[in-house]
Amino acid sequence: MIHSLFLINCSGDIFLEKHWKSVVSQSVCDYFFEAQEKAADVENVPPVISTPHHYLISIYRDKLFFVSVIQTEVPPLFVIEFLHRVADTFQDYFGECSEAAIKDNVVIVYELLEEMLDNGFPLATESNILKELIKPPTILRSVVNSITGSSNVGDTLPTGQLSNIPWRRAGVKYTNNEAYFDVVEEIDAIIDKSGSTVFAEIQGVIDACIKLSGMPDLSLSFMNPRLLDDVSFHPCIRFKRWESERVLSFIPPDGNFRLISYRVSSQNLVAIPVYVKHNISFKENSSCGRFDVTIGPKQNMGKTVEGITVTVHMPKVVLNMNLTPTQGSYTFDPVTKVLTWDVGKITPQKLPSLKGLVNLQSGAPKPEENPSLNIQFKIQQLAISGLKVNRLDMYGEKYKPFKGVKYVTKAGKFQVRT
Amino acid sequence: MLESNKDSAKLDAMKRIVGMIAKGRNASELFPAVVKNVASKNIEIKKLVYVYLVRYAEEQQDLALLSISTFQRALKDPNQLIRASALRVLSSIRVPIIVPIMMLAIKDASADLSPYVRKNAAHAIQKLYSLDPEQKEMLIEVIEKLLKDKSTLVAGSVVMAFEEVCPERIDLIHKNYRKLCNLLVDVEEWGQVVIIHMLTRYARTQFVSPWKEDGGAEDSEKNFYESDDEQREGTERRKKPYAMDPDHRLLIRNTKPLLQSRNAAVVMAVAQLYWHISPKSEAGVISKSLVRLLRSNREVQYIVLQNIATMSIQRKGMFEPYLKSFYVRSTDPTMIKTLKLEILTNLANEANVSTLLREFQTYVRSQDKQFAAATIQTVGRCASSISEVSDSCLSGLVCLLSSRDEVVVAESVVVIKKLLQMRPAQHGEIIKHMAKLLDSITVPVARASILWLIGENCERVPKIAPDVLRKMAKSFTSEDDLVKLQILNLGAKLYLTNSKQTKLLTQYILNLGKYDQNYDIRDRTRFIRQLIVPNEKSGALSKYAKKIFLAQKPAPLLESPFKDRDHFQLGTLSHTLNTKAAGYLELSNWPEVAPDPSVRNVEVVELTKEWTPAGKAKKENPAKKFYSESEEEEDSSDSSSESESESGSESEEEADSSEDSSASSPNEQEGESASESEGRSKRTAKKSWKTRAKSDSEDEEKENEKSKSSDSSSAESSSAEGSSSDAESESESDSGPDSRKVTKEKEGRPKQARSTLPKDVSLLDLDDFNSVSTPVALPTPVLSPSLRADLEGLNLSTTSSVINVSSPVFVPMKTHVLLHRMSGKGLAAHYFFPRQPCIFGAKMVSVQITLNNTTDQKIENIHVGEKKLPAGMQMHAFSPVDSLEPEGSVTVSMGIDFCDSTQTASFQLCTKDDCFSVNIQPPVGELLLPVAMSEKDFKKEQGMLTGMNETSALIVATPQDFTPSVILQKVVNVANVGAVPSGQDHLHS
Repeated sequence: MIHSLFLINCSGDIFLEKHWKSVVSQSVCDYFFEAQEKAADVENVPPVISTPHHYLISIYRDKLFFVSVIQTEVPPLFVIEFLHRVADTFQDYFGECSEAAIKDNVVIVYELLEEMLDNGFPLATESNILKELIKPPTILRSVVNSITGSSNVGDTLPTGQLSNIPWRRAGVKYTNNEAYFDVVEEIDAIIDKSGSTVFAEIQGVIDACIKLSGMPDLSLSFMNPRLLDDVSFHPCIRFKRWESERVLSFIPPDGNFRLISYRVSSQNLVAIPVYVKHNISFKENSSCGRFDVTIGPKQNMGKTVEGITVTVHMPKVVLNMNLTPTQGSYTFDPVTKVLTWDVGKITPQKLPSLKGLVNLQSGAPKPEENPSLNIQFKIQQLAISGLKVNRLDMYGEKYKPFKGVKYVTKAGKFQVRT
Repeated sequence: MLESNKDSAKLDAMKRIVGMIAKGRNASELFPAVVKNVASKNIEIKKLVYVYLVRYAEEQQDLALLSISTFQRALKDPNQLIRASALRVLSSIRVPIIVPIMMLAIKDASADLSPYVRKNAAHAIQKLYSLDPEQKEMLIEVIEKLLKDKSTLVAGSVVMAFEEVCPERIDLIHKNYRKLCNLLVDVEEWGQVVIIHMLTRYARTQFVSPWKEDGGAEDSEKNFYESDDEQREGTERRKKPYAMDPDHRLLIRNTKPLLQSRNAAVVMAVAQLYWHISPKSEAGVISKSLVRLLRSNREVQYIVLQNIATMSIQRKGMFEPYLKSFYVRSTDPTMIKTLKLEILTNLANEANVSTLLREFQTYVRSQDKQFAAATIQTVGRCASSISEVSDSCLSGLVCLLSSRDEVVVAESVVVIKKLLQMRPAQHGEIIKHMAKLLDSITVPVARASILWLIGENCERVPKIAPDVLRKMAKSFTSEDDLVKLQILNLGAKLYLTNSKQTKLLTQYILNLGKYDQNYDIRDRTRFIRQLIVPNEKSGALSKYAKKIFLAQKPAPLLESPFKDRDHFQLGTLSHTLNTKAAGYLELSNWPEVAPDPSVRNVEVVELTKEWTPAGKAKKENPAKKFYSESEEEEDSSDSSSESESESGSESEEEADSSEDSSASSPNEQEGESASESEGRSKRTAKKSWKTRAKSDSEDEEKENEKSKSSDSSSAESSSAEGSSSDAESESESDSGPDSRKVTKEKEGRPKQARSTLPKDVSLLDLDDFNSVSTPVALPTPVLSPSLRADLEGLNLSTTSSVINVSSPVFVPMKTHVLLHRMSGKGLAAHYFFPRQPCIFGAKMVSVQITLNNTTDQKIENIHVGEKKLPAGMQMHAFSPVDSLEPEGSVTVSMGIDFCDSTQTASFQLCTKDDCFSVNIQPPVGELLLPVAMSEKDFKKEQGMLTGMNETSALIVATPQDFTPSVILQKVVNVANVGAVPSGQDHLHS
């Protein structure tokens, strides 16, 4: 299966390599660099590259390339999913998945990779298990270790590895027992020029932060579970219970994890919380154009829309932009041609707008297409689909946990064509 | 530092060395110093030394041998973690000399008590195999042994080893097939992927194709509602020419929940399994999950889209509802955009093409020119496949010709050329327009295409063609090779059709071509000259020159680049690359005749294979679980006031507890032997049952009397026991506890009635077989939902305060005709009672209606019209069905509150044009609600209710069918009841 792994940074340096079978020379990455050059944009590097003797499967995360070397047939998604899991684990351990963090903790990284994969086949990928095998670095622990000489490698087999609930470790203890759930919904939409919705969909996740002692058995029920059209579960959820009663019943892992992700059935009409009035035009045979964008609230269920950011990828011929916002601030990067307007909150009394002139390269033909606007926003305490958690019950433990649910609606891939 | 006495110094040194390894620097000269530390007490140093050793052992084989003895010692360590890691490192050291040692270690480890060690042994098999393939035979033995392992931890790894070492030995899987299917849900996600891929291959060799018949449609949906269809499967086989092998069905059903895995690889694996082995009608369930994956990372999207592209060519319908999910965003990377475009093209049909074209218009103007060009090609493909829109496509493309971007124009020229070639109608205008473009376009392909078009249609544009040739002759030397060839062609064609005007021009071009640098062009020039310019040598062929050059050319077929990918198994690397990757295993075709299915039978399964409701999950479970489980059940029922839930989660808990017992049992062997002896005793118990059944039929009348007095005293029973046959008394000694277990199995649900003493049960057992061939009186507490409330009141005075609604023991598939297709003008409706708690209201009975459109037209707006219900009855109509395609069918559910009566519910079923009056009359059995209660409670209830609600029905049973299970089955066939978990009487409910 997975033969070797190379970590490559944006400037093309291989800064970490790990081999699970016999050593594969770094030169295999040359094929990757070749493909990278051809692709021009990092986003366009093909995930699967075939070389004469090997296959390279790569992912791009946080400005790093994880390139794995494969020799025989294997489902590519298997490798991709695993590489993402590796990146997630780094993120979890070091707080960020960056070159610096990995270089600083190279020994832990190596130990992790050693545990996660044996002979190219994943061994332990649950973060709860890994954390028992290899303790994450903290300042306190590194001080203690340097004094006492003790190690941050566990010497017993994590109990979870053996039980049928591999995601939870035994003997968890907290003084404050808490269970928090974040219902986060994202609206993916494409709005066309005239303001009508071409495509809209709600994608949601429930992230949980569970700090409960012992082996709690939770069941979470919804007021309107039928809203959920397509759901994917954390392995801890009992599928049959969901099938029969639409109740999420599970023994949770310890700590933060994603409980479910779901899609709200596409038959339901999706409420679009903002509208955009735009007027972008480039004059023929002149080196300037007009730019005028106004944002207003719409169908927001009485909640304020906040954290609005508008990002526009301007055409290549745009040299500079001279704009005045009525609210917030804007930046334009003349190199990448990205305009970012940080709006903030919408107050219905005075709608935020951004107006001004666009300077074009003189002599170049005017761009044919207006750029589309990518909009980010956030609405607190509202799940736009109307999903509501009914109750959370705990069995198996005696204490009373503190429970909480938070709802947030965000813009996902929200695009307005102009 | 490595020589230091202090651990911390050593650790520091090792960390630096590992840092060097990580950077790819050579640290091999430190080998001797590092190896010395292999026996270090500090576990972190040890681990780092292992890392080092595995990396460099291959290069320094002799020195590596020094460390072997340490590992051999560690293999005997009491700590399983140390044993496992020793095995891991030992097998990772790629030194050929130690192969025998490794072999021995693997053999030992495969019999280890810890499943974790066994898992590592499975991994070691692959390593050893890659080191020394000659060990194959021995390794296969180990694999065979490990395949039998029941631990979910081992399953994934051993199947991986199987795939690597001996994928051709499919016979090893037979005996473990059912176990793997059942364990699948609990295996860790990576193992699931491997197992599913393996089982797909297995299924393709072992089962006959389910695709031959379209009839799969009926059995598809319903099957999933059922907890067991083994029985039904049996009856189906008799009725239908094709019946799916129950094992085939088992695989398909057990993988379905995995579609909701969070792991994209698992979802993809299940999707390809459905694609390759399930009946075509069922494969639809995967599309939703695949579309969900599109929210994931770029790389996942890429792979999933590729697979969807392949699927969408063959079965358009699957992804049509999700058309909009494939709309392109300007922020997508180009490779994702092109794949989405590909899928959109595949999905295009008459109905949606206009929306698609509107969408394409936006794409064409995209800033990403590569993508815009791809869109134009797509438009061309749409135009060629859907003739209705080809004209509008063509005019759209012509508009694009005036675009400012060269790439776009060039691409449209090429596409227009292809389109015109397909439809050689009058398109003179377009050609003229394009000829004018020749001045401005510089892209060679486009120029060549225009020239070719003019040449082909030179008779239609007689004025322009020579002019174009003149211009081209002027610029001949500076053109691209591709264009030069087309200029030559154009010249030749014009020479043949219009030699007066173009003779000199052509000769001039031919002269230029003669001295061109490119030999292809020189070649072509010579060829054309010989062919068209008449001279004395080339007489014969030049006569046909016109035919050669101006022959009708077949139109090109615009096809999807994914057309030829379907011969690779979906989701594989080979599919992604569209070339055969090393180690790719072909998916074989379905066999004509299914190989003997009995090879998959396993001893234990045979024992319980008789009809056991909802018993499937239990088959493999060791006996111990009955005890641990009932404890668990008690716990949860204590804490939950409404233990309805239990039934749902039950089988899972079973699995859990069986896991627990196997994992926690200090000695596995013990557990297994226990289960074996258990099995044996079960068998004896069963035998005795049968004999008893026979003897019972003799004194059946007596028994009947007894059963009527529900409080059969123990004295009576014991006298009855005395009168029963010898066989009975023989097995009496162990029939007590055993029969209790057997009963439990029957009910499909364990109970809390543990207070019943084994002795009691054995006595009451005798009453089990009353009233067989006589009309059975069912003195049933009719616990329909509305009565439940009353009973709850009653229950307050009794000990048990809860009514446990249990899951239906059995769901009959009998459907009733609601509306015949003849009377419904082509709309047919059937209904059946799924026996599930109604979602619309507690008092309602849920009814599933299947609507079929047997006409050849769409039926629109199917809804429930006027309702004519007797007083008190209520009905929750199904949501209207917008439209039903010809030959389509849709299942809707509604809820009806029958008020515990068998009165008919009449309502009108309306379509857009017509209304049909229909009736639903429920059989009594469907009004019941299965309730789980202990025997004691049951008797109490029975005592209170006798005479209130009695219904009788005749059950015909043939004498040879006198096993209790058959009777139970017949009863549940007509009524939605659950068996009372007691020894007293199975026929009560």
